[in-house]
Amino acid sequence: MLYYDQNKNYRDFEVLRDENKCIQCQVCVRQCSYEVHTYDEKHDEVTADQTKCVGCHRCEAFCPTDALKIRKNQSEFRDNALWTPQYLKNIYKQADTGGVLLTGMGNSYPYPVYWDKMLLDASQVTNPSIDPLREPMELRTYLGAKPDAVEVHGGNGHPRLDTSFAPQIPIEYPILFSAMSYGSINLNIHVGLARAAEEMGTLYNTGEGGLHPTLYQYGKNTIVQCASGRFGVHTDYLNAGVAVEIKIGQGAKPGIGGHLPGEKIGPEISLTRMIPEGTDALSPAPHHDIYSIEDLRQLIYALKEATDYKKLVFVKIAAVHNSAAIASGMVRAGADVISLDGFRGGTGAAPTMIRDNVGVPIELALASVDERLRQEGIRNRASLVVAGGIRCSADVVKAIALGADAVYIATAALIAVGCTVCQRCYTGKCPWGIATNDPYLAKRINPEIAHEKLANLIRGWGHEIQEMLGGMGLNALESLRGNREKLRGVGLNETELNILGIKHAGA
Amino acid sequence: MQSWNYQKDISGCGLSGLINKDGTRVGGEVIVRSIATQHDRGNGLGGGFAAYGIYPDFADHYALHIMCDDRASLAAAESFLKEAVYIAHQERIPIRLNPKITNVPILNRYFVKPRAEMEGTTFDKGLSEDDFMVQVVMKINMDIQGAFVFSSGKNMGAFKGVGYPEDIADFYRLEDYSGYIWTAHNRFPTNTPGWWGGAHPFTILDWSIVHNGEISSYGINKRYLEMFGYHCTLLTDTEVVAYLLDLLIRKHGLAVDVACLALAPPFWKEIDRMDEDRRKLCKAIRMVYGSALLNGPFAILFAYNGGLVGLNDRIKLRPLVAATKGETVYMASEESAIREICPDPERVWAPKAGDPVIAHLNPGIG
Repeated sequence: MLYYDQNKNYRDFEVLRDENKCIQCQVCVRQCSYEVHTYDEKHDEVTADQTKCVGCHRCEAFCPTDALKIRKNQSEFRDNALWTPQYLKNIYKQADTGGVLLTGMGNSYPYPVYWDKMLLDASQVTNPSIDPLREPMELRTYLGAKPDAVEVHGGNGHPRLDTSFAPQIPIEYPILFSAMSYGSINLNIHVGLARAAEEMGTLYNTGEGGLHPTLYQYGKNTIVQCASGRFGVHTDYLNAGVAVEIKIGQGAKPGIGGHLPGEKIGPEISLTRMIPEGTDALSPAPHHDIYSIEDLRQLIYALKEATDYKKLVFVKIAAVHNSAAIASGMVRAGADVISLDGFRGGTGAAPTMIRDNVGVPIELALASVDERLRQEGIRNRASLVVAGGIRCSADVVKAIALGADAVYIATAALIAVGCTVCQRCYTGKCPWGIATNDPYLAKRINPEIAHEKLANLIRGWGHEIQEMLGGMGLNALESLRGNREKLRGVGLNETELNILGIKHAGA
Repeated sequence: MQSWNYQKDISGCGLSGLINKDGTRVGGEVIVRSIATQHDRGNGLGGGFAAYGIYPDFADHYALHIMCDDRASLAAAESFLKEAVYIAHQERIPIRLNPKITNVPILNRYFVKPRAEMEGTTFDKGLSEDDFMVQVVMKINMDIQGAFVFSSGKNMGAFKGVGYPEDIADFYRLEDYSGYIWTAHNRFPTNTPGWWGGAHPFTILDWSIVHNGEISSYGINKRYLEMFGYHCTLLTDTEVVAYLLDLLIRKHGLAVDVACLALAPPFWKEIDRMDEDRRKLCKAIRMVYGSALLNGPFAILFAYNGGLVGLNDRIKLRPLVAATKGETVYMASEESAIREICPDPERVWAPKAGDPVIAHLNPGIG
């Protein structure tokens, strides 16, 4: 059969080079890991193979003379509301290969973003707004299972606490760095995340790839993950952090497992994951020791036993249709923290169909989980951390008002260190040096600069959260948590308002 | 009713309260003079009083004060009551017509005890008498259209309505009652439906609350209480305070000062500097009762058969002054309201933000 790659010229992007500005310095040639740019020595000219461009903008960002622009391919198919170019190109691609379409990062489709359909309240006249620059404004949160009540003896005068608590983790900002495995991203990013978490008094999550020996020093700010592949899980690992997260599912790809190709398993990753170099790291879709809720309970308590009941156990699920009932079961099974990952959560690699078509918006799942746990009187028995498309501090505030204790961010954290969300993480060629373990690319991330940028992001969001809290007349985050009176919907129908448990703006 | 369907009670207000720690009872005219001094803190859309020790003849019965919109709601409330409780005595609450007090509902009072045999029917099993009565009150307020229980404690009563407090006092003939604790409220609502039930005090059992402020944390306080079976029916944020006190003190058995720590806790920076015992306690209180923290500007007086407590929000966004003379402790929004009825107090002070003023009856009294 005559092979003809029809897709080739139906490229996504165009590379525009202003020849008047280009000085043939070849920065773009060196920066582009997809080999778009090449230098023709004979004609002293840099040229581009636009078919290879993924739209990451690395070359544009680094061009010293501003000679490069990346823009969408202007070539257009005849308009058709159903058969958009994306579907055509995907079909050409699959007709050529018979393969599964792959992508990275979170759901890119224009489903409703409920964050953008909720507005916050502020104080006027009858209650004063509070200025966080002049008055205390408290963001500290304790994650962990709380009893229904405290017991105190000594009564009036010198009361003393009698109740003993399950372990709790204090966080100074309600923002944690979500799970990204060593392997999907490189050690430089992990170091940056760990140091930023340490500086800001919050937590980062190792993801399922184990913990590199040099990172054990950040244990107080570490959540270690135990996923279906059990990579890198051993006693020291489980005890290295302050919590262990059982990963059942991920918002970007609910219901399916993971696959880190053997080519990416170099010596360091092999060591950390505890698998031979060059072998594929396959995470099964389910945990093969969890086929039911009572099995989850066994694993939760196995991990609590292994950590002497000193560590919290998080259980992470993707937000799916029945999340509320599942979350209730997880709390009753002994989870200290529920991590709920919405369908916009990112990933290093996922089948496109799964990423774009499976799951539930985190805003709705969060609202229904919080409400269900309250109806059952067990909301205090676990903290609720939500993830999946948190873009800014206002999203954080809205999530907490809906009922979250804290949020996880990962895509936002990667954007802070340069990511442009080109969604090609699965190639391992990330030109920004993030989703790659190629030493030449990975060294583009300086861990100290990553640390600074990540800490700055948390710091900036923290200031904004304080301003919004103060504006609402609140001076402690716990008075916002689950306080849906502070939210109003815009352009939402009755069903949506009921699920979110909020009133429409103007009401 | 949807759980989120609530009209925010936005009000500025005046408060006054007094307690005779030796149990000496005084007539209602004293507190009326005090609250009337703060006339301008209200706008005539709500006034009310709570008085303790006023029903010595029925001291061991729950005194239910019920307001009904019409005869139908009264009949419904009474038929429910007859089923649920023994009624030792019932009567119209005595009133004096006052041209400034209009739209008067039917106002009755009932001195009752729970019928034990009703447990496990309409009511949960294994309830204490108090819990049983809470369910009686909740069921009437939620299920019987137009009927509201606005007072339900033993040997105490709330008297409230739409009007300035001095007119409300005249209407209810408060000079005919004598009590050892009195609290009073002058309301300045900005969006009232003009409903009698919306005036202060708010009560549950013998807890009564008068409140100046706006509870910005209302949304979560209410959802927290719902986890424990409390339903906020009076469409205002003040009733959450009454229910929170009932939960913390009566149900969870916390002492009054510890309950105040939950409602207006110290800041984390202060907690971090405390000695170990105190730090552990405050940390635990904040972790467990974060959803009970009352955030926003407030000064409240809450009373119960054993005492009177004044409390401010954590950064004192509303006024509260306290004074003592002999066995009497006074608390009010303004010092003038105290000096009106006690011209020469021994000590006058402005309590610090979040620091409760707690005045118990002397041991052996009450």
